Amino acid sequence: MANNRDFSVHPPHLYPDYKSTILRAPTRPLMPVKEYLRQLKMPVYGESVIGQFDNDLTKNGQKNGAPIGERIKVFGKITDEYGRGIPNMLIEIWQANSAGRYIHKLEIHDAPLDPNFLGGGRTLSDKEGNYSFYTIKPGAYPWGNHYNAWRPNHIHFSLIGAHLEQRLVTQMYFPGDPLFEFDPIFQGTPKNARPLLVSKFSMDNTEAEFALAYEFNIVLNGKKSTPFE
Amino acid sequence: MKKLKQTPSQTVGPFFAYSLTAEQYGYDFNSIINDSLADFSFEKRAKNALNTEGGQNVAPIYITGKIIDGAGNSVPDAIIELWQADEHGQYRTTPIQGKNDGFTGFGRLGTGTNAAHRFTFKTVKPASVNGDAPHVNVIIFMRGLLLHVHTRLYFSDEMSANAQDSLLSSVEAERRDTLIAHKIDVDGTTFYEFNIHLQGEKETVFFDI
Ligand SMILES: [Fe+3]
Repeated sequence: MANNRDFSVHPPHLYPDYKSTILRAPTRPLMPVKEYLRQLKMPVYGESVIGQFDNDLTKNGQKNGAPIGERIKVFGKITDEYGRGIPNMLIEIWQANSAGRYIHKLEIHDAPLDPNFLGGGRTLSDKEGNYSFYTIKPGAYPWGNHYNAWRPNHIHFSLIGAHLEQRLVTQMYFPGDPLFEFDPIFQGTPKNARPLLVSKFSMDNTEAEFALAYEFNIVLNGKKSTPFE
Repeated sequence: MKKLKQTPSQTVGPFFAYSLTAEQYGYDFNSIINDSLADFSFEKRAKNALNTEGGQNVAPIYITGKIIDGAGNSVPDAIIELWQADEHGQYRTTPIQGKNDGFTGFGRLGTGTNAAHRFTFKTVKPASVNGDAPHVNVIIFMRGLLLHVHTRLYFSDEMSANAQDSLLSSVEAERRDTLIAHKIDVDGTTFYEFNIHLQGEKETVFFDI
């Protein structure tokens, strides 16, 4: 039986080159469920949960000045598989600072913290499904998966969609990163789907004298919606 | 019409806490989702007339458990989300304006702040929804999961409703218990224990969602 999860785009649970999957990947087949369960409506958040600077990571962690690094704009559209924008999605992001250091207490990479950068933010998609953030371009960082392992520059995204089956956590990468071919998380994704994780540089949306822009469109599961009939 | 390809899932990684569960972990960022799925404070209850049944307050329940990996160790860096209906079988549909905005039915915890890597949510026990036995939808993310997993929590003191539940009945009999949260009374407080096993003999049933 065909999976509801599209495994031509999503990574498998078990990908042994990414060592943490070995003891954590479920081993039995996913159990099929009826459509009404997959399409269960998810919570909707109101504008009031989004603080003034929650979508501007260059401002929301400031203590005594601006964070160090290259200011960028990240923007895009959240759609279903038919390209229809999904409004009012809760989008949460987190990332390392420009030196490749996370503020997370368990992170031990020997790179400086930035007192003016938190690295977390959130926003809601607008009526057409569009969103945008300002942030600092994250640096690459080493990790313990294997000798000399480094993650490509990336921003983590969490999306709470209209339906249960649209819940997604993913990572946005930057074009042309030389670390792609060495990263088992990126490589764990089916080959043809990897480009979908890479943002596109956008000169049109780059803001003069202010910030380069990267476009990252996100397509969520949702096969059965057919308002075009 | 040509369909677009879905954006692939990627792991949540180990460093989500300062964004997704900031207050729980003590980071300087507010949280809009936490361990409480309903607001039990008296004032809000009176204002919203939620969590009341004929003037009687509905007692909170606690949903607690651990996530266990294939080596039998509790997972210290998972994130678990619960989504459920209220005591009338109604899901929250109006926009949620914050984490204590009446009954939200949506909760989120990381497993990294309790020494035993235990999660404990405070909520109300849901009623049946559309003929399904009372249940809670559970979503789990962690380092080492390239894509999240979905499961469902049923209640051990709802055996007759559980027996009628079409989804639970479709699970092989010997694996059904992996979806049952077991009731424990501690000094009059009701806990339901729900441990999630990622692998092994007691591997939890995960759904294709
Ligand atoms: Fe990361």
